[in-house]
Amino acid sequence: MVLHEPDHFEPPLNFFAALGRRILLACRNTGRGTVILLQAIWALRFMLSRRNRREVLMQLFVTGIKSLGVLTVVAMFTGMILALQTGLELRRYGQEVNIGTLVCTSMVREMGPFMTALVIAASVGSAIAAQLATMTVSEEIAALEVMSIDPVRFLVMPRLAALLIMMPMLTVYTNILGVVGGAIVGWTQLDVPMSAYFDNAIQYVRNKDLYVGLFKAAVFGAIIAGVACQQGFQATEGAVGVGIATRRSVVISFLTILAVGYMITRLFYA
Amino acid sequence: MNDLPAIRFERVVKYLGGRRVLDRVDFEVHRGEIFVIVGSSGSGKSVTLRHMVRLLTPDEGEVWVGDECVSRARGAQLARIRDRFGVLFQGAALLQWMTVYDNVALPLREKTSLTEEDIEQRVMGQLRLLGLEDAVDKYPADLSGGMQKRVALARAVILNPAIILYDEPTSGLDPVTSRRIDDLILSMSRRYGLTSVVVTHDLHSALAIGDRIALIHQGRILEINTPAQFLRSENEVVRAFLDAQYITRRGAWETEVDSETRPNS
Repeated sequence: MVLHEPDHFEPPLNFFAALGRRILLACRNTGRGTVILLQAIWALRFMLSRRNRREVLMQLFVTGIKSLGVLTVVAMFTGMILALQTGLELRRYGQEVNIGTLVCTSMVREMGPFMTALVIAASVGSAIAAQLATMTVSEEIAALEVMSIDPVRFLVMPRLAALLIMMPMLTVYTNILGVVGGAIVGWTQLDVPMSAYFDNAIQYVRNKDLYVGLFKAAVFGAIIAGVACQQGFQATEGAVGVGIATRRSVVISFLTILAVGYMITRLFYA
Repeated sequence: MNDLPAIRFERVVKYLGGRRVLDRVDFEVHRGEIFVIVGSSGSGKSVTLRHMVRLLTPDEGEVWVGDECVSRARGAQLARIRDRFGVLFQGAALLQWMTVYDNVALPLREKTSLTEEDIEQRVMGQLRLLGLEDAVDKYPADLSGGMQKRVALARAVILNPAIILYDEPTSGLDPVTSRRIDDLILSMSRRYGLTSVVVTHDLHSALAIGDRIALIHQGRILEINTPAQFLRSENEVVRAFLDAQYITRRGAWETEVDSETRPNS
């Protein structure tokens, strides 16, 4: 059951009671989100079944193809800004030829998965939260529960599968465009030849950087799916509740992505 | 086992938002009957209905479906109990991204191993029965409220449930469409021998379709009676409820029309 009975709390007695309640509620919601995520991961074994194939393909399209436009712009400008900022500094020491290394390493290790996750959390994650919240307040989730159709398998699993598959692929796309964006800035603003830029870019990036980046992307995808679905399922109070669920989904996803991104970097590089 | 009531509430108490919404509710729904629960807004009608399929759990008391306690059921047992039900939600609760056909076919695709040909045959048969054969490829947003309710009804009965729950089936509909929905509830119930529980504040509907009517007021069942006995009730709240819907009291307009058309005396 993903639906829970509505909360009711008496007004808190003081500041500390209010703070304690918020912390407890945050813990409870984290627990619920984690349970939903684990159930969805367990349901991934049905991903290719006849019942789910069409929905999974639809979610792959929504998550992947429909995000390409905004991701293209974000990726290009991320690479261009990285190249310009670092290139201007390096030029003071005559080292601007090394921007390829800096841009490529930054993109592959951090900026690629991070920027992709932010874009997907803001576009796809918010859409998932809004859709599930609307379904919750209009009793569509209750209807599924009553029909004994597991909402986690029916709704969360296809979205999780799409995010787990598409996030690493979109991250590769972001990385490539970011590096190309950096190359354009290097060539047009800093007079770094394309060949030198790409030689440097490829030479100093290790396989580990790529794999850790892709691992991060997959983890971020799971976070976006878990947070968005949990927020959607706990929506209440009609249109206002849908708005609250959508906003919370984006904010919580952003904060979790930042924290988890740091922890993964520390785990693999510190 | 067939002597058991289809649904039984045993001193059910429920608190929501700090308020006692159900207060020691006791009643039985007999097999094959149309049991109507009436009451004003916020009286606990829909909350009662939701307990029957465990969308809410009682704080005290128990809800039984046949010989199984739904308020304690979990996992496979809960799924098995829910399989006996079809539910028509107040807002129809159709999946908005699916066509009418896909909405009605959903339970068959999810819960049976029928081939697409068999599914099509059953879905089209059900849609024809409800006069929806022209709406097959439409999306819920393209349908009127009455049509959405009919699609939801088609979905609710497609797996041949033993019990159907109707949550405010005529709310938001014009009187003509409301009567059509009433007729559908009656014909569905009689045709398939279904047990039906209807929650409504529309007393005209309740009197038209109900085998028994229960009035719930401030979370308590005040009266359960046949429509004829219900109309003769001496209970003050029942009288007030009947009066409020111009069933036992004449509307102001009727008095006005009478005075205009009355022959000079």
